[in-house]
Amino acid sequence: MSTTKIINRCQALFDDLDFTAVGDWKAADSTRKVIGFMPVYVPREIIHAGGMLPVGILGGGDQLEVIHGDAYYQSYICRIPRSTIELGVTGRLDFVDGLLFPSICDVIRNLSGMWKLMFPDVYVRYFDVPQNYDDEIGGNYYVNELQELRSGLENVAGRAITDDDIRRSVAVYNENRRLIRDLYAFRVRSPWKAPSSEVYLLLRAGMVLPVEEHNQMLVDYLAAAESQDRAMRDNCRIVLQGSFCEQPPLNLIKSIELAGCYIVDDDFMLVNRWLFDDIPLDGDPIANLAAAFLHGSRETAAKYQPDGALKGKYLVESVRDNAAEGVIFAAPSFCDPALLDRPMLAKAMTKHNIPYISFKYAENSGQMQPIREQAGTFADSIKLWSDA
Amino acid sequence: MSADKTPIEVVKEPSMLKQKAMIAENYRKLTGAPETGRKVVSTYVPGNLNELIMCFDMVNNLPEINAIQNGMRQKSRGMIMEAEKMGHSEDVCTYVKADIGMMAKGNIAPNGEPLPAPDLLLLSYTGCFTFMKWFELLRDEYGCETVMLQVPYEGDGKVTENMRNFVVKQLKEEVIPTFERISGVKFDIDRLRENLRRSAAAEDDLVWVLQSAKNRPSPIDAYFGGVFYIGPIFTAFRGTDDAVEYYRLLRQEIEARIANGQGPITPEGDMGSEKYRLVVEGPPNWTSFRDFWKMFYDEGAVVVASTYTKVGGVYDFGFRHDPDHPLESLADYCLGCYTNRNLPQRVEMIENYMSEYEADGFLINSIKSCNSFSAGQLLIMREIEDRTGKPAAFVESDLVDPRYFSKANIKNRLESYFQMIDQKRQGAAAA
Repeated sequence: MSTTKIINRCQALFDDLDFTAVGDWKAADSTRKVIGFMPVYVPREIIHAGGMLPVGILGGGDQLEVIHGDAYYQSYICRIPRSTIELGVTGRLDFVDGLLFPSICDVIRNLSGMWKLMFPDVYVRYFDVPQNYDDEIGGNYYVNELQELRSGLENVAGRAITDDDIRRSVAVYNENRRLIRDLYAFRVRSPWKAPSSEVYLLLRAGMVLPVEEHNQMLVDYLAAAESQDRAMRDNCRIVLQGSFCEQPPLNLIKSIELAGCYIVDDDFMLVNRWLFDDIPLDGDPIANLAAAFLHGSRETAAKYQPDGALKGKYLVESVRDNAAEGVIFAAPSFCDPALLDRPMLAKAMTKHNIPYISFKYAENSGQMQPIREQAGTFADSIKLWSDA
Repeated sequence: MSADKTPIEVVKEPSMLKQKAMIAENYRKLTGAPETGRKVVSTYVPGNLNELIMCFDMVNNLPEINAIQNGMRQKSRGMIMEAEKMGHSEDVCTYVKADIGMMAKGNIAPNGEPLPAPDLLLLSYTGCFTFMKWFELLRDEYGCETVMLQVPYEGDGKVTENMRNFVVKQLKEEVIPTFERISGVKFDIDRLRENLRRSAAAEDDLVWVLQSAKNRPSPIDAYFGGVFYIGPIFTAFRGTDDAVEYYRLLRQEIEARIANGQGPITPEGDMGSEKYRLVVEGPPNWTSFRDFWKMFYDEGAVVVASTYTKVGGVYDFGFRHDPDHPLESLADYCLGCYTNRNLPQRVEMIENYMSEYEADGFLINSIKSCNSFSAGQLLIMREIEDRTGKPAAFVESDLVDPRYFSKANIKNRLESYFQMIDQKRQGAAAA
């Protein structure tokens, strides 16, 4: 299968604001249930173990006309909650039997309560995670939270979710994470063969497809991309940082690439790469999920870094490990976590002599010319004046 | 015009003088710490563990209070702009930027003396995501030790055993040992019990004062006046004899106002006749606090209940600090703070206030800086209108950024709102 064919399929899924693929999946069996989740991380394994489909709800992008959603928010609040409400009140999320709101910021947190008020028949859970990474303290708390989540999902599924169910799902998601690690590694090696706009669409497809189907799609894409001959450009290599919640318009990613930057690492849809390593298949699966979160998960603005000396280290390492030449901080307007974190990360970049630029976007930003100019100038400056 | 320029002689009651002296004394302790050797801890108002801090003889510094002080003294604008020049986004919380800008400008306390760097940052992560980033930023500036107390959010509208146990465990195994190490003082749980006993006594009187607004006329303004009433209990004084004495004095003053049939005291004396009884959601604006308040009392509008006065602890539904269950009680206090409650709980609380305090309307002052409060407020407004049938209104401002306080705009909206309440009354009378 060609990359074009695969990406066309991903693009169609991305463009479909009615989630037809999810509706079709659900319609195939009257007992099927769908659990939506918002950024940045939920343990999809438990949803999958209950025979349900986890679906990423990532806002409405730049193609959704937000009419109702704006009536729920002041002008100084980001776009993703208002387009999510738009999706809800226009019936586009009627297929959702439950919706999880991870602990990421006050806006998403409060949206969980709004959903309870507006959609009382939907299972709604604010999914809290520990900011304390001690097994006996934050770990115990998180294990119990996971058990509560499991219990709530059992009610939705109408059946028990056993440890063996979870182990089987962990195996499937381990495979998904491995393939996505492979995809990212491939892009690092040959970014001209895996443009970030394609990588992004592949990740988005994973937000709505059953994981088994997504795994096959990733296998097919990697094989096709490897064998495809594409022209290598004289681009600089950058890490894109700050886009972990409200999504950038696809055109923004394309614009950065067209401006002369290969994106070699990013924080898109971190749920795919939240856990670094495979989760063990033996032992207590809930304890394993908790341990993976505590000791083997990514750093992002929504997580507390207990050691001030390590603040920003992950981004410095990403630049080094991926042979990047600079960082583009691209955060949504009014995104508290990303924008509050940025000065500390920028300081770490300065300390390590890593060039960076910053800009803001909204999911419905339409004007890309300033982004192209800024990214193009950044790329030129790296090419012309970088020490490397 | 000339009348506006005449300096207003502010009426000072004994409780006001008492509070002023308490605040001055705390700033004296803070700025004098380098000489006295007292250790300083910085922490936040919601989830403020003052009783515990006192067990280690440490002095409590609250960055939000510094920002408020700077806002009311018209100093926050320059501080915020300083922080923005340093790279902090115009989109984020102005308390944070006022704090960072204050540091950049020498960290001068309201008494004119420099505040020392804290020995410890107690990150009480309660009801506000920004707190976590704020203390990471402060740690980056000060380079001092930080201890985190994560308080889980009441996503399902209740406190579970898991949540309570998590907080207690953090207190036992991380917060208290850190305090012991930094202060050199061994933890004494009986000392904590005594502090909590004093807290509960003060809380009884505070609740009595807040609930006095059920009277007609209300003897207090529970928002603009309320921010002064909550001052000691939300900050560095809960658990002290001073706080007990402050609330005893305040209660006596309010009892006298009720006996005399008086309304609230304002910066310009007694308010006069009560025309509108309101419930208000959201923090006040601090940079134009007097102007904002005047828009209400000039129209005879009194706030009979507010949610902001619950941000540092919700006491009027029965919770008290409990010396018999000291750590569990601290956990329940943190878990129950207003912005740690989910939106359905907040709506229920406001609906209760509307009914219990016989309010004529509901007003939201939506704060640009504070997503913890603000995200969802337009839905809260709809819910309250639907459930009570009372008119609601919405104004926008900011905490300490004067660039976001539009006096004429807010005044126009409020005047229209009061007319709407009048029309609603006339309609009800005609029916």
